[in-house]
Order: sequence, then C-alpha cells, then structure tokens
Amino acid sequence: MVRLLAITPCAGLLPLDVGNVSLREVVVDRMVSVAPFVGQEKAVSAALKDQIGVGLAPKNRAMAKGGAGVQWFGHGIWLVRGQVALEGLAAVTDQSDAWAVIRIQGAAVEDVLARLVPIDLRAEGFKKGHTARTMLGHMSVAITRVGGQAFEIMAMRSMAGTLVHELEVAMRGVAARSNF
Amino acid sequence: MRLTCPNCGERDRREFYYYGDAIALRRPAPDAVPEAWDDYLHNRKNPAGDTTDLWFHEAGCGAWLVVDRNTVTHAVHGATLAEKAKR
Ligand SMILES: [Zn+2]
Repeated sequence: MVRLLAITPCAGLLPLDVGNVSLREVVVDRMVSVAPFVGQEKAVSAALKDQIGVGLAPKNRAMAKGGAGVQWFGHGIWLVRGQVALEGLAAVTDQSDAWAVIRIQGAAVEDVLARLVPIDLRAEGFKKGHTARTMLGHMSVAITRVGGQAFEIMAMRSMAGTLVHELEVAMRGVAARSNF
Repeated sequence: MRLTCPNCGERDRREFYYYGDAIALRRPAPDAVPEAWDDYLHNRKNPAGDTTDLWFHEAGCGAWLVVDRNTVTHAVHGATLAEKAKR
C-alpha cells in the first residue's frame, strides 16, 4: 500500500529571511472559491455569515474572523477559508492546495514589493484588510495587507518556486542598498 | 497607458488583454444576411480618433471591459463593465 505524504506548496522553499524582511508559508487547510449565481449575492452573504461568521467582503477587501476568512478574489468571485454549503446559491469550487500562500513581513516590505508589483501598496492608500488582484513580475497574484508591515500573497501553486525566487531577489536587492 | 477598471481602479496596461472592437458585443441574429455576419466577423473601421474596444482584465479581476479611447491623442475616456454596456 502506497502511503501518500502531504506536501505544502512552498515545502523546501521557505522559511527565508533577508535583511529585515521575512517570508513564511501560510498553510490553509480548506479553501473554496465562491461565485454567487445571478441575483444571489445577498443570500450567499447571509448564508456565509451564518456558517462561518463572515459575509461577502466588499470589492478589494478581505475580512477574517477566527480561523475563517472571506476575500474578494475578482469579478463576481470570492475566496473563502472554511467549510461552507451553498447549494443552489453559488458555484463553489474546492481550491485547497491550489494556491501558494506566503506572508511577507518586515520594515522594508513595501520597498521589496515596489520592485515587483505595479500598484501602489503604501499604507496611505492600501490599508489593513485591503486586497488586490494584480501582478508580481509576470505572475497573476492576490495581495492583501494583513498588518502595518505585513502582506499575504497568493499565487497559483505551480508558480510557488517562481514566487519565492522573485521575492528573494527583490529582498536581496533592497537589503544590499540599505547598507550604503 | 493606464485603464481604470470599474472594479480595481486605475491599472497599468500590462494587466490587460486586448480583444478588439466592441462590435463583438453586437452579434447579429442567427438568420441575419451574410453581409451582416461578414461585418461582424471581419470588417473593422480602424479609426484615427475615438474608438470603443474590449479589454480583459486578465491579470486583475477577470472582468471584460468596454473602453472608450482615442487612437490619435491616446486619451482614455473611460471604461465600463461589458456586462453593463448597452447592446
Ligand atoms: Zn479589474
């Protein structure tokens, strides 16, 4: 009998610390995408609130409560962390293990991301709980601010190696310049 | 060039995929004359001036947008969700 081992998307790649910035994998056990059927957004939001304590987040926002979370993930779609049942209300697709989730944290985190991401992530405009679908290098990602000096970045699992590589090069570049 | 996505706000052109003239939203009736289908599928005006075309926010929210812009001045006048555009 073959025994299968669970390997997380960033296994063997993280943790990583360069200068004052750290990269850590965030392991999410259960994650689904929720795309409400036409006219069902309110009903979906109410059902989610009932089941996991958080309703549908507004556009470009992420909300969390306890271990559960709901994150706007694009036009008409949300990413939900937790166990939900939305039969007849929304298209629900299992995304567990489909995404590499990384937490990047440190004093120079905005400088690191400014080298890779085309949108303005500075705290004046991109506050805690703000989320964006955008690019990191040539990759499509979701970026959420989770703290004053911390972001969570999601990329497709197959891109985990590229994601970590891109971030590491940027972290080394920023750290090198801080020594001048 | 930057486009303002109704969902995401102002974004760089590299996040978008260009489809072409928004005529793609005005599909002829199945029994329309062959000339109507010829115009819909193949004939484009290539204007020097205002144009309306379809862009896909591929590396963003995944919405299709109808964008009004000017091919001479490069001004972008605005963008609306294709699902809300007049057909
Ligand atoms: Zn968008």
